[in-house]
Amino acid sequence: MKLKENIAVSESGFLFDSNSGESFSVNSSGKEILKLLSEDIEIAAIEKSLLEKYDIDSPTFNRYMDDFAHTLRRFNLIEFEEDE
Amino acid sequence: MNKIKLTIAVTGLSNTDNPGPGIPVVRGIRESDRFDVRIIGLAYENLEPGIYMKGALDKTYLIPYPSVGQEAYMERIMEIHKKDPIDLIIPNLDAELFTFMKSAKLLGGKNITTYLPTLDQLEERQKDKLEEYGKKYNVKVPHGKSITSINDVPKLSDEFEYPLLVKGKFYDAHIAYNQEQVVNNFNKISAKWGVPVIIQEFIRGTEVNVVALGDGSGKTIAAIPMRKQYITDKGKAWSGVTLGDKTLLSITNNLIRDTQWKGGMELEMIRTNENDYYLIEINPRIPAWVYLAVGAGQNIPEALVLLALGEEVKPMTEYEIGKMFIRYSYDLIGNISDFEKLSISGEL
Repeated sequence: MKLKENIAVSESGFLFDSNSGESFSVNSSGKEILKLLSEDIEIAAIEKSLLEKYDIDSPTFNRYMDDFAHTLRRFNLIEFEEDE
Repeated sequence: MNKIKLTIAVTGLSNTDNPGPGIPVVRGIRESDRFDVRIIGLAYENLEPGIYMKGALDKTYLIPYPSVGQEAYMERIMEIHKKDPIDLIIPNLDAELFTFMKSAKLLGGKNITTYLPTLDQLEERQKDKLEEYGKKYNVKVPHGKSITSINDVPKLSDEFEYPLLVKGKFYDAHIAYNQEQVVNNFNKISAKWGVPVIIQEFIRGTEVNVVALGDGSGKTIAAIPMRKQYITDKGKAWSGVTLGDKTLLSITNNLIRDTQWKGGMELEMIRTNENDYYLIEINPRIPAWVYLAVGAGQNIPEALVLLALGEEVKPMTEYEIGKMFIRYSYDLIGNISDFEKLSISGEL
């Protein structure tokens, strides 16, 4: 899973899709995940990083991450390897 | 560099919630460091806001609507030219383009330059010929049909699914969800703009537009795509943002190359959720949101003036993505004496 090239993420958590002109905002944890995704970091590594940093277990992280990924995909902000 | 001294006349000075491109064009020209320019406004109504905007126009003349006929229209232009010589006219409204194109020889003979598409280019992209146009230039277009009477409405359901669009020859577009709404819109539009009225398949998706400039040899001199962010009840952009959509730019470049388009243009397109692009309209002139292009790094009005003067203009390919415009309303304070002067003498 990776962030599409046409998506710009600002420090404040504002997303701009330069193809569609749509904009979105995410909270601080969403911003952190997107930053890691934009650096092409794998989900497993993102999970490891967040589990170390926050008081959260793996099943909870995966549940929220699935929801988040689903939302990102719905708005056409990410792509999966199988999409390519 | 020596500045080019010239007098440019522009139309389309209505800066209301249905703005004309005149004032944005003037802003682009005034911001250019290439010209020492005098701007003449050609106004159809004495309350067009552009007339009263400080710093926009140096002089305004009232002119009759093109519906008076080519001869009477040009007679007034020549009367103004005799009094106040014009080097270049930039017509900014669809309804007057035909008159200016037909009068190119007359204008040229009096040393008035224009930079417009050819009559063939104007004609073939008419709304009622869009399907042929799409086939000829390999662009997807929605199915369309011209109708001239409400008697044609019941038969539409054989060809179209509801909702559909009802469009005027030059302006106006309304969505209709049933036969009754088509009839209502037909009556409204035909009363204002005449017939034919165009019926067009409704394509679901996001409207995206491109402002572009072609040099007549197939080269794109400038092109900037934009998405409307806020749309007024007249369907006009109140806010918009520049896009980095490469497909849109490629469609624009191909169209300008294949049609050898000369002059300003606006492509109105729908991008579907499947990422298909449908051309819904080509406006054969600079659109009212052109100042966004200036703000994003491509001064299209300046380039158009330079091309009109026969100068070489290098294609502009860079621009800022994510540049926005937001319109606003603003109360200008004027004097009734100005209004009086314009009403009585036809100039200000």
